[in-house]
Amino acid sequence: MPSLKDLRNRIASVKATQKITKAMQMVAAAKLRRAQTAVEAARPYAERMEAVLANLASRMTVKEGAPRLLAGTGRDQTHLLIVCTAERGLCGAFNSSIARLARDRATALMAQGKTVKILCVGKKGYDALRRQFKDQIVDLIELRSVRQIGFENADAVGRKVLQMFDAGEFDVATLFYSKFKSVISQVPTAQQIIPAQFDGEAKEAAGLDAVYDYEPGEEEILAALLPRNVSVQIFRALLENGASEQGARMTAMDNATRNAGEMIRKQTLTYNRTRQAMITKELIEIISGAEAL
Amino acid sequence: MATFTFELVSPERLLFSGEVESVVVPSSEGEMTVMAGHSPVMAVLKPGVVAVSEGKGAVRRLFVRGGFADVGPAGLTILAEQALPLEELDAEMLAQHIRDAEEDVADARTDEARQAAAERLAQLNELRSALVH
Repeated sequence: MPSLKDLRNRIASVKATQKITKAMQMVAAAKLRRAQTAVEAARPYAERMEAVLANLASRMTVKEGAPRLLAGTGRDQTHLLIVCTAERGLCGAFNSSIARLARDRATALMAQGKTVKILCVGKKGYDALRRQFKDQIVDLIELRSVRQIGFENADAVGRKVLQMFDAGEFDVATLFYSKFKSVISQVPTAQQIIPAQFDGEAKEAAGLDAVYDYEPGEEEILAALLPRNVSVQIFRALLENGASEQGARMTAMDNATRNAGEMIRKQTLTYNRTRQAMITKELIEIISGAEAL
Repeated sequence: MATFTFELVSPERLLFSGEVESVVVPSSEGEMTVMAGHSPVMAVLKPGVVAVSEGKGAVRRLFVRGGFADVGPAGLTILAEQALPLEELDAEMLAQHIRDAEEDVADARTDEARQAAAERLAQLNELRSALVH
């Protein structure tokens, strides 16, 4: 049985941990607010971009010689999985659920005999995947030193992906990240970015039968827009991820704080019981000693 | 005068959204003024100044560093690579852009890329000389 001193120490240590988790929760809440504003501010650009592209694409698909970023290379042998995760842990299942989605996809693709390459953005995804996919991981991009993700960060990733695509290193690129739905709900998502895909909604919104003039020309514009779209999609994914991470951390730390409280309550009870038992024992010893005299 | 909806968005934020009378857009083929009822156009932008007339003679000027302009039935949307109000742009920042562009010219590996970078540099220099007077 642990002594009273042991119990006291244990309670003190749980209390210290609880203070840390509580602080982390509050920090996450403050950061979440900032991350959420960033996501909302970036949304109009990505939406317009998608609408414009969908509009252009709906005219282009039939034509021969459409840009490869839109039409694909005509093969789907080599897949690039861009796995975006956080740089830090202690945020519940956030990192592991993204990693799991990517892992399932990679395993499924490999079972079909496809070649898989993995590009990790964020250290935690790399840590989770490197054991199983040591040979598939081509690179790791760390954003640890970045405090607030700017477009330049996403653009750097985007340029790297495009460079690989131009060098013919892959045929299909899929982006893995966590979509921010609410503080308690983040949905791990896989989104194909090369060749570009548009959902029906964006197409309908852009499906105006207006006759467009193009300056300088349709192809030039599409050729300039498509690479940019890759960066924009990555930027959006990173921002969504940022908000999701803070949301997940907030919930995780809230749970941790509550669990610590529960633990303290239980241990305080044991502590008090032990203390009382010891007093009773001592009393009995004194009384029986006195009776013996 | 008839107005139309104008939106200026950069990847990071929405800079302008509202009803305006006319907008001067620095398209790569030359400046063009968009007014209400303009026919649908999709244009590539060069680095330059977007001048927005909100009516009553008030003109807002914003710097854009390339991007796209999309004129549709719903109005004008500019997707800028980077945009900020002209008051916030200073000589130092412009000089930085020019230095970046110069580096791009030096780093370019293919002829095509070099030409694109050189064009950009020329546009930036042109813009600087237009602003400093």
